[in-house]
Amino acid sequence: MRASLSQAGQAEGRLASPFPSLGIRRSALLLLAGLALGAFALSLALGPVFIPLDEVLRILLGGQASRETWETIVISIRLPKAITALLAGAALSIAGLQMQTLFRNPLADPFILGVSSGASLGVALVVLGGASVSVSVFGRSALLGDFGLASASSLGAASVFILIMAIARRVQNVVTLLVLGLMIGYLTSAVVSLLIYFSLPEQVAAYVNWTFGSFGGVTWGQMQVFAPALLVGLGIALASVKPLNALLLGEGYARSMGVNVRMARWWITASASLLAGAVTAFCGPIGFLGIAVPHLCRALFSTSDHRILMPSAILLGGTLAILFDFISQMPGARFALPVNVITSFVGAPIVLWVVLRRQSFVRV
Amino acid sequence: MNGLPATDAALWMRKLTTGYRRGRRAQVIHRHLDLRLRRGTLTALLGPNGAGKSTLPRTLAGLQPALGGEIWLDGQPLAALLANQLAHRLALVLTDRVDVGYMSAYALAALGRYPYTRWDGRLTLEDEAIVQEAMRLTHCESLAARPVLELSDGERQRVMLARALAQQTPVVFLDEPTAFLDLPRRVELMHLLQRLARTTGKAFLLTTHDLELALRFADELWLMAADGTFTVSVPDGADAHAALLRAFAAEGEAVRGYLREVGLSSS
Repeated sequence: MRASLSQAGQAEGRLASPFPSLGIRRSALLLLAGLALGAFALSLALGPVFIPLDEVLRILLGGQASRETWETIVISIRLPKAITALLAGAALSIAGLQMQTLFRNPLADPFILGVSSGASLGVALVVLGGASVSVSVFGRSALLGDFGLASASSLGAASVFILIMAIARRVQNVVTLLVLGLMIGYLTSAVVSLLIYFSLPEQVAAYVNWTFGSFGGVTWGQMQVFAPALLVGLGIALASVKPLNALLLGEGYARSMGVNVRMARWWITASASLLAGAVTAFCGPIGFLGIAVPHLCRALFSTSDHRILMPSAILLGGTLAILFDFISQMPGARFALPVNVITSFVGAPIVLWVVLRRQSFVRV
Repeated sequence: MNGLPATDAALWMRKLTTGYRRGRRAQVIHRHLDLRLRRGTLTALLGPNGAGKSTLPRTLAGLQPALGGEIWLDGQPLAALLANQLAHRLALVLTDRVDVGYMSAYALAALGRYPYTRWDGRLTLEDEAIVQEAMRLTHCESLAARPVLELSDGERQRVMLARALAQQTPVVFLDEPTAFLDLPRRVELMHLLQRLARTTGKAFLLTTHDLELALRFADELWLMAADGTFTVSVPDGADAHAALLRAFAAEGEAVRGYLREVGLSSS
């Protein structure tokens, strides 16, 4: 039977057939990669101070720029910010994609597992609980304060991460994980509300400032933790495209096709939590990218194949994060909108459109 | 079958006891089953709800542990098979809702190659040829480019069947494959399964409530009664209708009267 089948395949060859291509559409992905590169370059050149692209390139290659301030702006402000936005956008999009597939729910997002709630609790404890730090936090430039903030939120995210992973090994049903994440979210927001209730107005303002999200707070020192954490998470995610595709059919089918469901679930949860936790720890809770980008990629390529969705979500997520950050600074040098405002303004209509479009598919 | 299995059995079991274990207590559903699925045949598992109609296939598919006895699948003891080895020998078509978004029917059927592909799931030309042949066998090549979302229940069921065929296993289980279909689609599906059993040489086991269709198309009937008795019968055999009555003996007169008529008309 095997022989006759392969003969049949060769005879048909790649002639016109009713069967669509299952390839990964390299040209479209290259286009997305070009877009990401373009956005990255633009974000280095444009800003309150315009720096010509050739000067930017010279600075990046270690050469001398015409003005010394340009070098400082590119190396210590724009470059880390652009890298942070690129990585964070990619990470949130991938985590969202993984959660949407794992829970088979189009509205799942990277924060569903509660890791980000842990991060916000960590920040709240430091900002609202420890009065002394709040002043330096308020002025975002203060290095010590930022590190304190990043450590606090990392610690919060990590403790929830460890809790989730310990439980994920044992649960039979994926819904248990969902409920767990939800309850962690409620509990932490209750604690945060309590802290807010007993805090001074300026402390509350500092905390709210953190919840606005920002790609600009990651220093080169922090980048040494931030970037490797995200790269590990993205690596695990890329290695899990095959089980993710099987999980599209549900756990029963996945198991029947040879997937070790419990193991796959553990690794997927691990990488999504790592990605979402690290981003929240260093950039604050960035909304909507994680939920909207996977849907955009599905619509763009009209596929559910993670071999296409995974790389395209990385590229598109990174690009959009850079663009959103760019838009948030448009009004002027002194006045920048919070990134979260922009992501929600753009993200919410996308999700709405996806849900409505889905509705039209349902047969009567 | 005294101990040794018949050579044409794709799956056989000896003294198999099925049921559930909760803590130390075991709740036995069936005791000492000696059954086999022959290659190239269609077997229908019938019985009222609550008779354990899903317990046996679940046990045979390795989804729940047996309480005793042994199961041999394609010449190997089931207990010794790794997940991937099992996926090379047994494919399932479940009643689970399949909601895969924008995926095309072809991509869905191609997931059947999962146990054979490399780490990222890329299909070779040979893999694609196998999937295409499977779709041809189940008459769904014309659906290949359509999004799964747009398929009717019957069409989707055929694509899921193609996916199971593409898995290239000697045994295929189908859990109530006719449940959501209208009558013409049910007849077509049963007819298709019967023909696939003949042409591919696979052993098909399906659970169903469609007694008449099972009598018409199946090669063997496994009848489960609510009280735990288990009867094996051939649909056109002389004892078929006696076996049916035995299997449903606990039911009321209305049911038994119906069975008498159905059993007689088919034999």
